[in-house]
Amino acid sequence: MRASGMQARRLRTVIAAGVIAALTIGAAGCAESDRDSGGDEGKAATGGTFIFAGAGDPKNFDPIFNDDGESFRPIRQMYDTLVTHKPGTAELEGGLAESWSNDPTGKIWTFKLRQGVKFHDGSALDAAAVCANFDRWYNMKGEAAQSQMIYYTDIFGGFAGSPDAVYDNCKAQDPATAVVTMKKYKGAFPGAFTLTAFSIASPTAMKQYDSDKVTQNGDSFAYSTFATEHPTGTGAFTYGGWNKATGEITLNKNPDYWGNKAKVDKLIIKIIKDENTRKQELRAGTVQAIDFPAPADRKALADEGYQVLNRPAFNILYLGINQKNNPKLKDLRVRQAIAYALNRAQLVQTKGPGGAAVADEFLPNTVAGYAPDVQKYEYSVDKAKQLLAEAGATGLTLNFYYPTEVSRPYMPNPQEIFTVLANDLQAAGIKVNGVPRPWNGGFKDDVQQFGKQDLHILGWTGDYNDPGNFVGTFFGRAKVEFGDASMTDMFTAIGKADATVDPAAKKAAFEQVNRDLATKWLPAVPIWHAPPALVTTKNVQGLVPSPLTAEEFNTVSLTK
Amino acid sequence: MSRTGGISTLADHKRRRIDELTARTAEAGGVSLIRDAGRRLLRDPTAIVGGVIILLFLIIAIFAPLVAPHDPVQRFPELTQHLTVDSIPGATAGHPLGSDPLGRDFASRMIYGARQTLFVGVLATLIGLLLGVLLGAIAGAVGGWVDVLIMRITDVMLALPSLLLAITLVALASRSTQWTVIIAVAVVNVPIFARLLRGSMLAQRESDHVLAARALGVKRRDIVLRHMLPNSLTAVIVQATLTFAVAILDAAALSFLGLGDPDINRAEWGLMLGVDGVRYFEVRPELAYFPALAIIAVALGFTLLGESMREALDPKNRR
Amino acid sequence: MVRVILRRLIQLVVTLIALMTLVFFWLRSLPGGPVDALLGERATPQTRELLTRALGYDQPIWVQYGRFLKNVVTGNFGNSIRTGEPVMEVISRSFPATIELAVAAIIIAIGLGIPLGYLAARHRGRLLDNATIIVTLIGISIPIFFLGYLLKDWLTQDIHFFPPSGRISTGLGNTDVTGFFVLDGLLTRELDASADALWHLVLPAFTLATIPLAIIIRITRASVLDVLDEDYVRTADAKGLRDATIRKRHVLRNALLPVVTTIGLQTGALLAGAVLTEKVYNWGGLGTLITDSISGSRDYPVLQALILLAAVVFIVVNLLVDLSYAVIDPRVRVQ
Repeated sequence: MRASGMQARRLRTVIAAGVIAALTIGAAGCAESDRDSGGDEGKAATGGTFIFAGAGDPKNFDPIFNDDGESFRPIRQMYDTLVTHKPGTAELEGGLAESWSNDPTGKIWTFKLRQGVKFHDGSALDAAAVCANFDRWYNMKGEAAQSQMIYYTDIFGGFAGSPDAVYDNCKAQDPATAVVTMKKYKGAFPGAFTLTAFSIASPTAMKQYDSDKVTQNGDSFAYSTFATEHPTGTGAFTYGGWNKATGEITLNKNPDYWGNKAKVDKLIIKIIKDENTRKQELRAGTVQAIDFPAPADRKALADEGYQVLNRPAFNILYLGINQKNNPKLKDLRVRQAIAYALNRAQLVQTKGPGGAAVADEFLPNTVAGYAPDVQKYEYSVDKAKQLLAEAGATGLTLNFYYPTEVSRPYMPNPQEIFTVLANDLQAAGIKVNGVPRPWNGGFKDDVQQFGKQDLHILGWTGDYNDPGNFVGTFFGRAKVEFGDASMTDMFTAIGKADATVDPAAKKAAFEQVNRDLATKWLPAVPIWHAPPALVTTKNVQGLVPSPLTAEEFNTVSLTK
Repeated sequence: MSRTGGISTLADHKRRRIDELTARTAEAGGVSLIRDAGRRLLRDPTAIVGGVIILLFLIIAIFAPLVAPHDPVQRFPELTQHLTVDSIPGATAGHPLGSDPLGRDFASRMIYGARQTLFVGVLATLIGLLLGVLLGAIAGAVGGWVDVLIMRITDVMLALPSLLLAITLVALASRSTQWTVIIAVAVVNVPIFARLLRGSMLAQRESDHVLAARALGVKRRDIVLRHMLPNSLTAVIVQATLTFAVAILDAAALSFLGLGDPDINRAEWGLMLGVDGVRYFEVRPELAYFPALAIIAVALGFTLLGESMREALDPKNRR
Repeated sequence: MVRVILRRLIQLVVTLIALMTLVFFWLRSLPGGPVDALLGERATPQTRELLTRALGYDQPIWVQYGRFLKNVVTGNFGNSIRTGEPVMEVISRSFPATIELAVAAIIIAIGLGIPLGYLAARHRGRLLDNATIIVTLIGISIPIFFLGYLLKDWLTQDIHFFPPSGRISTGLGNTDVTGFFVLDGLLTRELDASADALWHLVLPAFTLATIPLAIIIRITRASVLDVLDEDYVRTADAKGLRDATIRKRHVLRNALLPVVTTIGLQTGALLAGAVLTEKVYNWGGLGTLITDSISGSRDYPVLQALILLAAVVFIVVNLLVDLSYAVIDPRVRVQ
């Protein structure tokens, strides 16, 4: 219709103004982005800000109350442990302790501490401080706090007054010598001393900020300001704040660090939960490194010139078998049939991230105790069918539980892995009922507490180089997950091997355990080792990928 | 369109749109109105386009086993041998659209996907429709406090945007399955149909032929079932076509958010787009583009037809 | 009037308590509660037991319920399972992010929608009109998470026209005053922060605005057409130039009424779109909070609080609207 000229003109002006505004913002933004990225990339080899994109929120910054990698990443930069790993390996080397030794019974551990090391608050790192940490853990009061010390419960068994407690006492023989006495030997030592959860924190700061106060608040817990605002360790970085609105954890270089001082001035850990968005931020240049790229993206990123750093595989994915619900699964032949039915090589080829390999044992081949001559189950549908027929289990129907809404380094895509494995089993004549359960919405409960499944997939990333950390954790005692209460000779053999103090004898014992696991027991079928990766921009130097996902960023520098 | 007031609430507006629709179709002379509308529809290009799209969709969905070259769940060795996590084979002999991330025939999955998408959309719409019609009929026929109660509940539900309601329902469910998605989307549509039916009932209650029937002593139940419900049919059908489009879009959104059907064996477009399409977008964007285009086309088709039907039934256009 | 308000407030409280009770019992009947969410892969049965006791889950359900009610009444919604901070802090931090995004989207939808709809109506039947119809139809048929995905891929990867995600550039160190980053930058004279926040806002706002924009264009167009077709307009038209001015103003004012109504409708729909948009762009607002609290670990404290808040907002808004009707039009009874 006839709108007047003035009306039309006004409208046109409005539209034009809008378009100009949008373009201006875009242009300003571009200038903005150039400014920011230019500022970082143009610096010399030392200094600058290193921005690392992590995959999840940390819980808090008190090491003993944490158990997941996302919390440990910032914690690791701010604290040190008595013993640590050579960068990029699972080999031990001295951390806060220059050297360590144990007595022949394996119960008394002596640590010779480094001299002149100070906590971030200036107090001295000495034997008294070390013992204060051990005693603190052992004497922790309150179920709230105790329930959050997951690694402590796992390694040290229990708290003060508990008959399961492994820790006895700690003495400061002299300021540089701490002697820790255990009630019994565990194969976990000395490897367990490298666990980030057992980092040494400043007793002064802990006292000042009431570090032991963990209170229940509704359906979760509230932590002390030591854990949330004043983490104080001896590490290469000091705490600079956590901006939750933008998801950035800022860490500053510690100029008084006892070891290799950080090469960058500032480290920002930016939390980006979606793996695709992480990749996009890397490409846009707003972060210099990302963790856990999607396996499908690694090649593309490598082709574009980014550095894809593969961590040596130190994890395991297994198909768990629960013998409780279906009596046929108690027959070794049926379990072997399942092993033969799985085309693991094809799974690795089609779904495995770069560097993945079929697993024949439940631990990676870099761990002492790995048997090189273990019985392999090469893919054979015929053998599977034959064994099933022998056991009278043709036409077997099994409930196969798998997790959803989760991605783990050893299991990047559970739904796809399940589909492929179920497919293989169907081809061998085993009928599969797929039962998806959300990771935190029933999977862990159903599988590990109630044992409702016949089959399930699960895995594990190793904490330190000790066969007990893998095999012992899974099969060292009866677990609901495997319904294996009857396999007592398995428990005994593993228990014996784990209690062996002499390294050579322990290695031989575990090698035999691994052979027997494959031939005699087969409580589960190992599937693959899948190395997670890191990706960085070209100008990031010195980032050493760790098989334990335990990277330290003090060696990182940004070049031009 | 309402001209009577300033800013109203979400529920208010949805209510008015639904009420208008029922008002239009509840007028006496329903048959000639429908015949009129039908004639107008056949001349309307948007209706034709929408109708053709829907027809194509229905044919593919119903005759999927005949149209598809392969089984949608079977993994083919000729595809898996070239399959890696960062390289998915494209079109090869016997597989016109190439492979999906697990070595299955993508073309077959797209075709069977029509079937599953139809299933989800139809069920979500149908369940919502049946429950809504039931509630609305009761509210309209019985009246009184039953009416008020039902309308209060539907008001609350109408105020919430459909996806949020669906998310809340999934969150409160113990786990996600295909049925969770269907029910969530269905529940979202119940208040719309309830409102529709109730409005239609109320409009017809005072109409001549109903009054006459009651004067003659015809039982209330018979009046409702034999006269009032059939007259509400047109409005319900129009709303159903519009609801279908939103239903499959919401289902796709739920899959994208990780709240959808976890069984990736099932070939359903929303699932294929929201899970595989997004994850493997760089490796093989076709895995996203094809389901996306299919969803857009079908949603478009239903929207076109629904809108045209609504326009055609508008008595104002009878001039 | 006062009595009515009081009555409605009491209704509000009763409804809320009923709702909270329902949610409380329902959430606790689901498998894999907070205990599961707080335990990792390394949990032993021992730890599980400790945790169950520490959270008081071994106590009878009525004791737990009582504690829960007491907390809610004092405004304590507990701590988020995921991040460990007080739930209210988490929500109040996410709130401004979503509001900023929604406001930007509405501005785009209205600022572009009304003029475009008007133009389409004015050029009815011609190319601009037909193109508009087609584009808007596609606009409401497209899954917006996919659209956001495409935009991110085209405009942030090969060409760095916009940032791929987030509300502000990493390491910028902007000062947080109100939580509205654009506003904060202006308040603290950190204009680069404002500009940076605006730059981050563009793509998400456009993605979110897609559906409201399409709908507003269509409604405006339909509404303008309606009004232009009215008899009284034609009559006024015939009367001559002097009345044409009055007619124009009359046209627009009448045409805009349904558009305004639609805007109200779309504002609610924006929140639904925000959930998807925020996930695509890692926005950190309520939408991100909702998906984070459901997918993966069910963060019950946060979910409970969100449901309660939604209910409060809805009821209060409804009450205000009913009251405003009574004020505007005394003929309307507030019942």
